[in-house]
Amino acid sequence: MEKEYTALRKHIEELLKKNIRIDGRKKDEIREIKIETDYISAANGSARIRIGETEVIVGVKLDVGEPFPDSGEEGTLIVSAEMTPIADYEFEPGPPREDAIELSRVVDRAIRESKFLDTKKLCIKKDEKVWMVFIDAVILNNDGNLFDACQLGAVTALRTALFPKYDKKEDKVNHKEKTKNKIALNDKVTPIMTTFAKIGNEIILDPTKEEETVADAEMHIAIANGEICAIQKSKEGFFKEEEIYNIIDSAIKLEKEKLKIIKKN
Amino acid sequence: MAGSGNEKLIVNGKRLDGRKLNEMRPISIKSGVIPSADGSAEFKIGDTIAIAGVYGPRKMHPRRLQDSTKAYLNVIYTMDSFATTERNRPGPSRRSKEISMVMKNALSEAIILEKYPNAKIDVFVEVINANAGTRTAAINAASIALADAGIEMKDLVTSIAAGKINGKIALDLFQPEDNFGEGDLPIAIMPRNEKITLMQFDGNLTKKEFKEAMELCKKGCKELYKMQKKAIVKRFKEQGGAE
Repeated sequence: MEKEYTALRKHIEELLKKNIRIDGRKKDEIREIKIETDYISAANGSARIRIGETEVIVGVKLDVGEPFPDSGEEGTLIVSAEMTPIADYEFEPGPPREDAIELSRVVDRAIRESKFLDTKKLCIKKDEKVWMVFIDAVILNNDGNLFDACQLGAVTALRTALFPKYDKKEDKVNHKEKTKNKIALNDKVTPIMTTFAKIGNEIILDPTKEEETVADAEMHIAIANGEICAIQKSKEGFFKEEEIYNIIDSAIKLEKEKLKIIKKN
Repeated sequence: MAGSGNEKLIVNGKRLDGRKLNEMRPISIKSGVIPSADGSAEFKIGDTIAIAGVYGPRKMHPRRLQDSTKAYLNVIYTMDSFATTERNRPGPSRRSKEISMVMKNALSEAIILEKYPNAKIDVFVEVINANAGTRTAAINAASIALADAGIEMKDLVTSIAAGKINGKIALDLFQPEDNFGEGDLPIAIMPRNEKITLMQFDGNLTKKEFKEAMELCKKGCKELYKMQKKAIVKRFKEQGGAE
């Protein structure tokens, strides 16, 4: 394992010196993004995302429940990500490991902090009944950059989500019947996450699994309307200040490009 | 950051606890607080208190997890049940698991893990009182405890957060600012080469504001670095070490 890793790292580093990636891309080039929406008829909203060979399916489920005591006028948002063994020989069954927890919490932060989802409009009765929004991402194939894939899936699935029928008197949700009502979203601040990986002194966009395996550190940045709404540095390496500023510039540029892809769907 | 920015957090140019925007809360550091541990430290910043204990390097068990090239670093962050205003359910939460992970990622770069093949280094941090800034306090405590344990390091790790309150960038948020502010940027720096080993953010910041927050954090870390070194020197003197 150690030998394989060293050889792969050396190979990737030598290519990067010539501005070539292991899959032929340039350092600042992202892979093709494909989005299919409304893929799951049982869900209230869904999206199937492909970034190169990485594939993620995201479902949104809506239900009625109690609000959190400190925010009685707001609906709740719960994001989870499953790294199921189908997607990668290193993924194991069972409760989420710390990397899956990090993934879901960072996606959650990007959605929440951008205020893209208007949680105040999810209130049915103050302090008693609110809509709960569950966003569940399942990784189907891991070829790196699960953060961007899950986050993009969450955003596109929310965009398609329709409320199920809710009987106020009976206080019952009829999950079989969908209405035509969409969730209130603030389009202007659609959060867009971009992931960067650092290998030696090189920084690359949208890393593949092989690149992530040898990367020293990663930076995930979510931008909404030109402003930063979430950041997470992951892995054990470090970044320099200047590198972070360049990453932010690049993420701001990519926000518009990726928004176009989302809006086509 | 549940804040809407409507809460008044700055009055007459001062923060609710009387601090200036670029001021940290009072800090005290004590090393060698847990006799059983190989290294330990208590880090207080305002009302936030973190205690770190380091065990190791010791044999890694189970053996299949041993790495013949370097030590395995295990970091556990615990928020005690009594540390928050409302009782915090004991046991690991999703939050504490994520913080343990980012702490490990923040500390690894500083430790010369290659010096200790097949070994394990355990870092346990208990947050016994929480008033915002617990992960940064935990990193500061852990960094000093690691040095106290005599583990070979490239540098100390210093950590502090800056955030946005009422549209202004401020250093070291305390609880009301964390609850009602518009953003929180905790970072960790190895000061000697300005390596940034932890960075998280939630809220909203323009790039300009982000730069301002980074500057404040760097200033805070410089002050912390001096205090950390002082605490370590004091500890070695107490133990009868040469200056």
